Amino acid sequence: MLAATLFFYLFAALAIASAVMVILSRNPVHSVLFLILCFFNAAGLFILMGAEFLAMILVVVYVGAVAVLFLFVVMMLDVDFVKLREGLASYLPVGAVIGLIVLAELALVFGTWSLAPESLKPAAPTPSGLTNTQALGEILYTKYFYWFQAAGMVLLVAMIGAIVLTLRHKEGVKRQNVAAQVARTPATAIEIRKVEPGQGI
Amino acid sequence: MAEMAWLIGLIAIQSVALLVALLIAVSFLIYFDRKVWAAVQMRRGPNVVGPWGILQSFADLLKFVFKEVIIPDSANKGVFVIAPMVTALLALAAWAVIPLNEGWAIADINVGVLYLFALSSLGVYGVIMGGWASNSKYPFLAALRSAAQMVSYEVSIGFVIITVLLCAGSLNLSDIVVSQKTGLGTMLGLPNSFLDWYWLPLLPMFVVFFVSALAETNRPPFDLVEAESELVAGHMVEYSSTPYLLFMLGEYVAITLMCALTSILFLGGWLPIVDVSWLNWIPGVVWFVGKVVFVFFMFAMVKAMVPRYRYDQLMRLGWKVFLPLSLFWVALTAAVLVTFGWLPA
Repeated sequence: MLAATLFFYLFAALAIASAVMVILSRNPVHSVLFLILCFFNAAGLFILMGAEFLAMILVVVYVGAVAVLFLFVVMMLDVDFVKLREGLASYLPVGAVIGLIVLAELALVFGTWSLAPESLKPAAPTPSGLTNTQALGEILYTKYFYWFQAAGMVLLVAMIGAIVLTLRHKEGVKRQNVAAQVARTPATAIEIRKVEPGQGI
Repeated sequence: MAEMAWLIGLIAIQSVALLVALLIAVSFLIYFDRKVWAAVQMRRGPNVVGPWGILQSFADLLKFVFKEVIIPDSANKGVFVIAPMVTALLALAAWAVIPLNEGWAIADINVGVLYLFALSSLGVYGVIMGGWASNSKYPFLAALRSAAQMVSYEVSIGFVIITVLLCAGSLNLSDIVVSQKTGLGTMLGLPNSFLDWYWLPLLPMFVVFFVSALAETNRPPFDLVEAESELVAGHMVEYSSTPYLLFMLGEYVAITLMCALTSILFLGGWLPIVDVSWLNWIPGVVWFVGKVVFVFFMFAMVKAMVPRYRYDQLMRLGWKVFLPLSLFWVALTAAVLVTFGWLPA
């Protein structure tokens, strides 16, 4: 138990520290790298809760795919950091006021929030005798089947939207026809000529 | 308390033993790789250090370690130093869940396959970080290429793994190997043999996985990340000495890991070729290592024989050929398993 507690505080502290560093670092690439560290610590916390499937999916999806694309985009952006920070002094009061208003609103909302007493108990990750994956699968494909399908539908629409927005057919661009290339034979591709010395073609 | 200390100590000892064995094995695999490559090109290959040049990798190791570490002036120093460590660390950490024999895994976790998939998909970070932090054109181009390449092939690797999981009914690597004890061969009334392993019923997926593993580990013919004729050495251009060594080590450990994963998913892990008594007498770990070396030999032969792909060909193969094929095969496998009632319990 002691080890689990120690690891909880380790992961939690690192997660918060790296989350703060995401905002504070001057270099956006460093921000993304700290974000990745934060994801890792969140995965560690999931493992401590016994939700190992979620932990692995978090790493695969967020760190392995989403953050790679983040990093990819951020690395290619040509950001001038000096210029970016120029207007800081003039924007600071406005930002601070908005931030304070949101904070006050959140305090008002959560100050009167009352939780159902049973939700305060620690979550039981899996029924005994079932692995994480099985437990999730059994509930996802039975009870929440329609929601699952709806989520898939949303993703499909988003994918089609992205493709429609970015797919452009330019005229006059040479395109590769792979089937035609593979189907080429020596008879259609090369011509053998007998060249006499000193004659040329 | 004493029990926990004992448990932690045991895991530490096991990890160190596995690491030492793994690193020695990798050094000989590098030698083997170079010898195979040389043999195909009718050269001698390394033949000076030790008998038949067998100690060449250790000489290389010493050479790298004793060189000066050069960090470019305009490099992003922290990230520059961390990148090779990330590569080596991720590749080594993945070995914790590999079962070398029945019950011979340091961590026999329930989501072993996902853990491996997660770590192998993180391998791209070493390359991206190294390429970006070098603050130089060629490494940066390599980083961009690798990011696109590894993300593309990960998708089809994921679907191939799903087909295997459908057949095995478990995410635990040991269970996947055990589930290959019976299969297509036993259905036809043959004794337990290599015909039961998943390479036969899932043959197209075996091929897709093998090729995707080549692309995922940046091996030729998909080594566009470090294509010498275009990018000099890709993300490793600015690296020297031990950091370079760590990149190379991480790369080869990752390749060995992919070989191990191929033998676990498709070639029956530690199971003997045919289930007869005198073959069963050979320890499972020998079978496992033999299969890993066999897959590594195929990797080496591909490197020796196949010319490098062009970048657009690489992308076309990943997205337009492998992705639809593997997706179709997931649906097909699921349909066949449900129709004939072969779903694992």
